[in-house]
Amino acid sequence: MKIGIDIGSTTIKCAAMDQTGAILHQSYQRHFSQIPQKTAELLRELQAKLPDGESALLAVTGSAGMGMAEACGIPFIQEVYADRLAANAWLPDADVVVELGGEDAKILFLTGGVEVRMNGACAGGTGSFIDQMAALMKLAPQEMDELAAQAEQVYTIASRCGVFAKSDIQPLLNQGAKKTDVAMSIFFAVANQTVAGLAQGRPIRGKVVYLGGPLTFLPQLRRAFDETLKTSGLCPENSLYYAALGAALSAQDPADLEKTLEKLAQYQAQSSYRSIPPLFRNDAEYREFQARHAKDALQTADPAAYQGRAALGVDSGSTTLKAAVVSEDGRILASLYQPNNGDPVETARKFLLDFYEKYPQISICASAVTGYGEELIQSAFQADFGVVETMAHFTAAKRFLPQVEFIIDIGGQDIKCFKIRNGVIDNIFLNEACSSGCGSFLQTFANALGYSAEDFARLALKADAPVDLGSRCTVFMNSSVKQAQKDGASVENISAGLAISVVKNALYKVIRASSPQELGRHIVVQGGTFLNDGVLRAFEQELGAPVVRPNVAGLMGAYGAALYALEKQTGPSSLLDRQGLLALTCQTQAVNCGLCSNNCKLTVSNFGGGRRLISGNRCERPVTRRDPAPVLDIYEDKQKLLRRVEQPAPHGPIGLPMGLNFYELAPFWFAFFTELGFQPVLSPPSNRALYLSGQDSIPSDTVCYPAKLMHGHIQSLIAQGIQTVFYPCMTYNVDEGLGDNHFNCPVVAYYPEVIAGNMALPSGVRLITDYVGLHRKRDFPAKIHGILSRYFPDIALEQVRRAAKAGARAYETYFAALRTRSQEIVAEARRQGKPIVVLAGRPYHADPEINHGIDKLICACGAAVISEDCVSWQTKRAPVGVLNQWTYHARLYAAARYVSAQPDMHLVQLVSFGCGLDAVTADEVRSILEKAGKIYTQIKIDEIANLGAVKIRLRSLFAALEGAKEGDRHGKAGL
Amino acid sequence: MAKLVYDKNGRLEFTKEMRREYTILAPNMAPIHFNMLETVLRSHGYRAVLLKNTGPAVVECGLKYVHNDTCYPALLTIGQMIDALNSGQYDPKRTALLMTQTGGGCRASNYIHLLRKALQKAGYGDVPVISVNTAGLEKNSGFKLTLPLIRQAMAALVYGDLMMLLSNQVKPYETQKGQAMELVNQWSKRLTRQFEQRSGYSKAQIARNLQRIAYDFSQIPVNMTPKVKVGIVGEIYVKYSPLGNNNLEALLRREDCEVMLPGILNFVMYCVDDLVEDAALYGGGQIKAAAARQALKYLCDIERSLIQAVTQYPQFHAPSPFSRVKELTQGVIGLGCKMGEGWLLTAEMAELIEAGYGNIVCAQPFGCLPNHIAGKGVIRRLRELYPDSNIVPVDYDPGATSVNQENRIKLMLAVARENLQKSSSSQPVLSPAPAQPSQAPKTDCGSLSRSQAASGANG
Repeated sequence: MKIGIDIGSTTIKCAAMDQTGAILHQSYQRHFSQIPQKTAELLRELQAKLPDGESALLAVTGSAGMGMAEACGIPFIQEVYADRLAANAWLPDADVVVELGGEDAKILFLTGGVEVRMNGACAGGTGSFIDQMAALMKLAPQEMDELAAQAEQVYTIASRCGVFAKSDIQPLLNQGAKKTDVAMSIFFAVANQTVAGLAQGRPIRGKVVYLGGPLTFLPQLRRAFDETLKTSGLCPENSLYYAALGAALSAQDPADLEKTLEKLAQYQAQSSYRSIPPLFRNDAEYREFQARHAKDALQTADPAAYQGRAALGVDSGSTTLKAAVVSEDGRILASLYQPNNGDPVETARKFLLDFYEKYPQISICASAVTGYGEELIQSAFQADFGVVETMAHFTAAKRFLPQVEFIIDIGGQDIKCFKIRNGVIDNIFLNEACSSGCGSFLQTFANALGYSAEDFARLALKADAPVDLGSRCTVFMNSSVKQAQKDGASVENISAGLAISVVKNALYKVIRASSPQELGRHIVVQGGTFLNDGVLRAFEQELGAPVVRPNVAGLMGAYGAALYALEKQTGPSSLLDRQGLLALTCQTQAVNCGLCSNNCKLTVSNFGGGRRLISGNRCERPVTRRDPAPVLDIYEDKQKLLRRVEQPAPHGPIGLPMGLNFYELAPFWFAFFTELGFQPVLSPPSNRALYLSGQDSIPSDTVCYPAKLMHGHIQSLIAQGIQTVFYPCMTYNVDEGLGDNHFNCPVVAYYPEVIAGNMALPSGVRLITDYVGLHRKRDFPAKIHGILSRYFPDIALEQVRRAAKAGARAYETYFAALRTRSQEIVAEARRQGKPIVVLAGRPYHADPEINHGIDKLICACGAAVISEDCVSWQTKRAPVGVLNQWTYHARLYAAARYVSAQPDMHLVQLVSFGCGLDAVTADEVRSILEKAGKIYTQIKIDEIANLGAVKIRLRSLFAALEGAKEGDRHGKAGL
Repeated sequence: MAKLVYDKNGRLEFTKEMRREYTILAPNMAPIHFNMLETVLRSHGYRAVLLKNTGPAVVECGLKYVHNDTCYPALLTIGQMIDALNSGQYDPKRTALLMTQTGGGCRASNYIHLLRKALQKAGYGDVPVISVNTAGLEKNSGFKLTLPLIRQAMAALVYGDLMMLLSNQVKPYETQKGQAMELVNQWSKRLTRQFEQRSGYSKAQIARNLQRIAYDFSQIPVNMTPKVKVGIVGEIYVKYSPLGNNNLEALLRREDCEVMLPGILNFVMYCVDDLVEDAALYGGGQIKAAAARQALKYLCDIERSLIQAVTQYPQFHAPSPFSRVKELTQGVIGLGCKMGEGWLLTAEMAELIEAGYGNIVCAQPFGCLPNHIAGKGVIRRLRELYPDSNIVPVDYDPGATSVNQENRIKLMLAVARENLQKSSSSQPVLSPAPAQPSQAPKTDCGSLSRSQAASGANG
């Protein structure tokens, strides 16, 4: 008998066959990380079936089985390779195999040059990802599949990792997008991720076969792949067992099962992972800890006995809905902390209705809403105020610790931290899209291991040797936990390790603190995650100082909102009364706006009685149906300044991709080629479809989004029938004298090489990617002439000289126009008394597909927007604490310095995910600004299209600025 | 005690006084090479110490004091230095740190600034940092790259390259395990003594030493059985440093592979050559280019000695000359791609494939910018040119686990073993490769199996 055991991240699959290849046994089960035990069970079962005198041949495959196999002397075969063996045996005519596993995605090209590929370290879009998303929607994966079958439209969801996708999906759900549509969108996200991540320029054609759990169990997922690949793939019999079958096929040496079982038992007994000190050394420590925190309790009042007025605060979070009814003297009368089940309106309605009915004697005189679902809840219930989360939390924290200096809130999917200086929120840290490690993260792990979040948290306290998991993003954590399991870590120690890692993530990735002193002495921790004693203890241990955790840690947002409402309310409350609640329904509908080229996907929520909310919009047009008022936004003006209309010309068209360094150099090259007698054609404005059209040739899935978009730009030029595309490599950019050198970043400089090497160009299309240096004005004409004459022999050097001059003039004209316009904006903003935000990034961040309309959001907050290149030229070069050697980055430092001296200017830095250089610039820009007492705000952007977190950030910034202004006024009044 | 002196930008300088009193801590990269570089610095009057501390505390210090999105090599080297300062082994008031800086367009040129920021945060603001660069970036009165120092350093690198090259080719086959490493240790000591006596770095001495080293390696008894041959390329730190690549060499050795790492001399020549290419592509810089050509000539002479020493023994594979390596970029990547490892990374992959090392681990820090281009970005083109090449890119960072890396490497090895089996069993199919008769003369054996594997890989 030949036995193959495939041990994946979540399941263990087993296949056994006889010498003829006939399958004798198959099994598929979750292993809940009890890997050696389950393996032993399987082997015993098969041992019983083994005919007398026959020996068993055994092989193990799968990433989670690797360590065990090695330690127990069982032959191991890599799982993708095993897949291929099985595919060769059972599907000799297959061309491509697509397999999704628990945490792996694989593509095998079987014909025309065999290649096997699997996802890298940073790739979601796999079985666990689907499980996470299903859990988020409170569905079993199968149910999600059934819903997906009824989908009407597909939303864009990033599937790079669960964290990204969650921040896309959660707001969709909160805003009431249909579950059917979201379910299908998740499957499409997975398909796109697999294709983008693994195809890498190789077309997936011919007979496609789907393998593995998710693709076997979820027909709609297969449909998503079919549609993405424009094929109709086959999911064969035994599709779950290919790796196990391959392992069985590869098994050659007879195994002594008894001995193997012995070794497995030994392996189970030894534990050899890296551990850290436990949370509590003994019971006494735990009791002291409990006693200390029991003191921070908020007073409650019996609502039945209470007469008079109260305020309602609602915190509509990503996964949970929190509500509090608070008496006028700040005692809690009633509260709710409950998963929103994807329908926050109904959850809140039930709570409020129940309260009205039980306590008719209490009148609710004020109400406020905060959190992700603020807009929806406020609008549905006609609450009096919407308050940004940071303000709500600060208001609540002051009740517990009036001199609070630092608040850290870890919620379901976000971490919010802020520093308080002089009674005003002074600095805000939010987790960026990538480094999440929050409540839902712990919950996901708890569920994956078969526990509830609460039980899982309790286990952490008993850990004797917590696993050292470091601090890293969720996807990586999956593999770390996998490894710890492999090394025999107990669930207690994994739970404690995860709690500690959440804390480290918050401290070192989000706050970037290197010592507790930086946070101040009066620290309040809150958010549902801190109700986990393990997390709280780990935080105190890591800081080496005690902190205050209110007993209502999960309710602080709602409590703060209620206090806020009490403080601000002047007239009667507009909150729905009992009748209104009874009539309240919430039906949602997704539509495309279509009023401008953005074509935002709108969610329209109808609350009955003609009331409705439109969300997902970037401007007021779909709501007011009027043209938006003119805004002070240089990002919008840039689009017009950069593009010119092309004319037919004797040399015919030449394509110029509008991205990376070409974004800003477009005026130069446009004029240059016009002067040479070409018709320069700029690629169209970026959008999602343009990106998707080029995504299958992206070789590195961790490169920044602006670079990935270049594939789409080139594709769009080719699709227009352009025969010659000009996209040269440029080590150097123009020297503006602001730095020690004037490099482009490596990706900007050399991305043409990637395009040339990975995009299949139709025959006859020429791509010019030679190395060009605009920084040497005198040498440039001769050098570029040398290059161009290889493609166009009849261009004369004299012509090129003239063209270079024309290019330089156009480049200067562009900057002159940009600066004039920005000065107008600044002057107008100052006249109107608006704050001015320098939205600083790279020139290509002006692309709306890259900045996701963040400029418009800022304008909607009542500010004017200019960009870093509008002000960088107004300062002289000054020493900085880094090697200042990139043209675009030098502008950032210069802009930060300029802003430092302008009381009404503030800098918000846009950082593309994956931008290595911004790890250098961000800290430096921050320190320049903080030296001048300015708030530094960074926004990380990627493919991600959700602006919820960004909005919080921006609103918090403006609330802080407002607070600081008031503080100043008070300060002056005091004098 | 030495006075703290700051330059006009507020940078703490390393003074002559400090040179006498201070211990200089230097990061480790390629163990064989850097041990000798340590001696070179010592023989020039610097109290240099090569850092060898490893373990979780190194990564933790890095994560704590360096922006977490910074590339892994920066995080590790800075973490290693701060961990060393924390250890209490060195008096922070009498310790300086040393960091290389290329001045190229990659983030690596900023390590030194990140290190200074980290030192400030960790409370070591008074520890001076010495930049080692040839681009004239930062100057220190107490540290000078003199010509003899540079020449000795180059000699140390070429000795290191040869010992790495030959020990890697002998280790998997030696009949008595450990002989190759023993020889590396012996020779490192001998060369150290030569450096201490200010000898061993003239061209003639280098040539003589290289000959002797090659002879000694050729004398180690080996049993040449066909083995999977794996080349390692990548970002320079992660490529060579066991700390950076989770002991990649050891892993491959456990999997019974022969490992080949292209030498550091290539990288030095590539950096110098960039000046020539820059002038050719964009104009200007003629004086620099002329100096660079001069330096290249010197380096080529040393390289030739190395190649000559190795080619005397047909059982050994000798590296291609730099000019040939450069040619290999044709049709794959431009010579203007010069940030990080740039075109050299691509060329090294092509060189390895042509030499029969078509199974390649392309090691890079997670999110390494130049390697998006010259690493992952060229694999498709390389595969078109060499259809049987078997390249696996592997990312390293504090978050990546060894399970994930190992799994990907094992996939590459599974394909490699299949290819090896196909090529070495040209007569009977499907039976395991017959062991080579051990009585046959060893050199013949070696060349036989090597050519077989090479032809297999080249298809």
